Amino acid sequence: MSENNNEMIERYRGNFLREVEDNVEEGEWVKMCMQCGVCSGSCPLGPHWDFGPQTLFMMIRAGKRDEVLAAEGPWMCTSCYNCIVRCPRELPITHIMHGLAHYAVRMGLAPKNQPTRKFSDLFWKNLKADGRVNELRLGISLYFMHGFVDGIKTALKKAPLGLGMVRTKRMNPMEFFGGHKVRDRKGFHRMLEKAEEIESARIEKGPRPGAE
Amino acid sequence: MAKERKIGAYICRGCGIGQALDADRLEEVAAREGRANLVRQHDFLCAPEGVETIRADLASGEVSDVVVCACSGRAMTSTFRFDGVAVARANLREGVVWSRARKGESSALADAGSSDSSERGEIPAKTGETTGEAEVSSSERETMQEMADDHIRMACTEIRFMTPPSPSLEQTLNRTILVVGGGISGMTAALESARAGYSVTIVEKSATLGGFAARLWKRIPDRSPCEAPVDPGIATLVSEVSVHERITVETSSKISRTSGSPGKFKVTIERCDPASGDDGSTGSRTETFGAIIQATGFTPFDPSHIPELGYAASGDVVTSSELEALALAAKGEALVRPSDAKPIKSVLFVQCAGQRSSKPGHLSYCSGYCCAASIKQAMYFQDADPSIETVVLYSDMRTPGSGGEDFYRSGQSRGIVFTKGETSAISAAGEGGGARVRYRDLILDEEVERDFDLVVLATGMVANAGVDSEANDTKTDEPDTNASAPAAIEIPVESILNLTYRQGPDLPHLAHGFADSHFICFPYETRRTGIYAAGPVRRPMDIAQAREDATGSAMKAIQAIENAGRGRAAHPRSGDLSFPKVRYDGCTQCKRCTVECPFGAIDEDEKRYPLFNESRCRRCGTCMGACPVRVISFENYSIDTVGQQIKSVEIPDETENKPRILVLACENDAWPALDMAARLRRSWSVFARVIPIRCLGSVNTIWVTDALNAGYDGVMLMGCKSGENYQCHFVKGSEMAQYRMTKIDDTLEQLGLEKERVITHEVAITDIERAPRLINEMERTIARIGPSPLKF
Repeated sequence: MSENNNEMIERYRGNFLREVEDNVEEGEWVKMCMQCGVCSGSCPLGPHWDFGPQTLFMMIRAGKRDEVLAAEGPWMCTSCYNCIVRCPRELPITHIMHGLAHYAVRMGLAPKNQPTRKFSDLFWKNLKADGRVNELRLGISLYFMHGFVDGIKTALKKAPLGLGMVRTKRMNPMEFFGGHKVRDRKGFHRMLEKAEEIESARIEKGPRPGAE
Repeated sequence: MAKERKIGAYICRGCGIGQALDADRLEEVAAREGRANLVRQHDFLCAPEGVETIRADLASGEVSDVVVCACSGRAMTSTFRFDGVAVARANLREGVVWSRARKGESSALADAGSSDSSERGEIPAKTGETTGEAEVSSSERETMQEMADDHIRMACTEIRFMTPPSPSLEQTLNRTILVVGGGISGMTAALESARAGYSVTIVEKSATLGGFAARLWKRIPDRSPCEAPVDPGIATLVSEVSVHERITVETSSKISRTSGSPGKFKVTIERCDPASGDDGSTGSRTETFGAIIQATGFTPFDPSHIPELGYAASGDVVTSSELEALALAAKGEALVRPSDAKPIKSVLFVQCAGQRSSKPGHLSYCSGYCCAASIKQAMYFQDADPSIETVVLYSDMRTPGSGGEDFYRSGQSRGIVFTKGETSAISAAGEGGGARVRYRDLILDEEVERDFDLVVLATGMVANAGVDSEANDTKTDEPDTNASAPAAIEIPVESILNLTYRQGPDLPHLAHGFADSHFICFPYETRRTGIYAAGPVRRPMDIAQAREDATGSAMKAIQAIENAGRGRAAHPRSGDLSFPKVRYDGCTQCKRCTVECPFGAIDEDEKRYPLFNESRCRRCGTCMGACPVRVISFENYSIDTVGQQIKSVEIPDETENKPRILVLACENDAWPALDMAARLRRSWSVFARVIPIRCLGSVNTIWVTDALNAGYDGVMLMGCKSGENYQCHFVKGSEMAQYRMTKIDDTLEQLGLEKERVITHEVAITDIERAPRLINEMERTIARIGPSPLKF
């Protein structure tokens, strides 16, 4: 991945804006930001970010590649779409945030211990296995996200809740050992492989078609 | 009052007047106290039959002057206008009936006012004639009747001191217009005037037409889609001007003398050949013009005296107008670095360079056009080679006009980078050429230092408005910004018009060296009647705005010519034929009228008496207000028409507890505000007596002292906003009044009166709720300080 990163640095020679335009989903919109700040002001999680969308767009224009790709901001987006609705320039801000997060992972620069990033990884792994989200296993893996001891502590704390759910038939403990699956698991995996193949072929080819 | 006058008073009972007031008693007041020769009542005076009654009386010779006791003088003006006949109006409807607060108001009255029927002249329903009236106590009814009686007295008194104004026969109709300046504004004004049938002469200082716009490679687009710079279009404009049969062009010429007034400006045009020496005058001729349009444009700001802009330090720092020259020379080819002719890979545009700052030597204002101009220039680079890095460093992006935002977007989509920041220092970059820029990024909140191949300073506009004739007077209250910024502001010191007016050779300036042009309410009006400012000489603007401005000024110039030809006033008393008359044997040559006239209409004759120029006069009456010996008057507006009205009001004994408050309300703002308030049934003190005046500037202090001596308990002056953001229709009128009223305190002291008894308010036309409130406050003030001791 860092090899990939070096290649990109080499290719764009500090023109990070162009790099974003070419490689980030909806990245060609970044230059149209007029810095009014309505997005950052509208974001319900705004106070908890390191950089809001307005600042991130300015940082992209200023060529602050490492800071942008290592930023926590894009990971904090909950897709509430407040910013998209309010942006006077009609930028697809939510999509750009997810695009930036995705690109940061691709470049190997995304923050390692960012909780939402970790959650995304766990969610994806969970889903990929059987084609359905196994909520019990996803929940338990979240308990153990920060290590074994932490996991046991959380599990004990949450035990009454879990037992209550079992009692009221809201949760089946047997799900832990299997649970629901898609009918054609192999086909599902083949589908994902194909998608990944297409995506990496596209990246291999360089800038996304349609991007300037 | 030489010839015998027969006054006819007509009392209208419509619009609720008849229900609320005792018309028979009004008739008695008009006949006995008002000494009207004939008094008639009518149910509906503005109806054709009502007006016909008046006409018949006038025709039969029974009546020579008319007093209409009906609605406000601002309503039904054309209905009650009779040619050659003096008309006074008693404001019974808005002034008395509609502005009374009453519990359980009669439905008939409410209907009459809330619908437009009264304005249209329909007879209001009479069904509820008696309902509700009972709830008005007899004492309230009596005070209201007293108010109406006073209005009848005032109107009957006014008419006796009025004569119908007539044209002075001094008029000349001259359908030629002089346009000073052959730039885009001047040429547009010339073409618009010529197309309307007026002959135009353009006087241009330089050898060719075109002005600043001729030195542009491209200009900012103003027509959809507003995406790319467009051709300035100067060549087309120049050829249109050159071939037009009614346009004469005088290049390499200037104006050495302008005298006269609208309809008869005598202008000496001097041809000067710059090749033949300093002054280079090669003969002159004098011509007469009907009106003048001054479109002398601007000079680009010179940043060389601001060291932090690095203009002197590096050859690769240029102003935006210099970049235009480079682009014009390159004709679309890639631009190269001015210092070493190397290709340019990065350009920085520094917005607000030497502008919008209170630092010494900077312009304090926004020039309005530079943001779009920088976008346009950045496109020159982007279009030649998209790999060139173009950065616009701005603090606020301002792209006025309908297409401005589209143009900004277009710039962004082409890849111009916009960075919000503040430049702190620009210097030469060193060996490799280019310039080093230090700035603060205001979004990322950090200091940045970067090298660019070229730095373009977006500098502002300095108006070519000539000599500021008022530079040395009455501006002492302003913070002394001009003194600390000498080099920046004092570029044009040479007079442009060389007016022979007593008040100075050029249009007075308003602020920052721009010509005063009543920019809030009437943008093309200046303070010299018949001379109109257009384009960046009156405020910073771009080409699209300048063309619109020029068209507007051409329209105003045509109006001025036509009005002057008929002896009528120009805006805002358009059509007024009255004109100041002076009793010279009483004049003490104090010169206050010549100094205070907001329009410089008054010169001095060889014996040093004031010399009035009729068509320059706007009929505001400021001279009349200024005159300490009261020798200036108008036929239908004089010290007496107002002064005698004031005295005609009945002042009740102090034991009656009925104070009297005199309200002198400006007819342009305060009076309409009160009228509108009355239509909305807002009420004001029943003890107030409102007299409309032309302008607060026409208020002579004798009116105030007379009122106080007569036993009025308080005097209110209501005029327009004064100062830099003035709204006074006559520009300086309300300011003059404010100034005069600061001196009234001494008079009050001499009379042994409290200072609160005289108050001046700035009232805007929109102050519909506030104006009545102010009067009511005054009533409370009077209640607090007690009745005037001067009652007897």
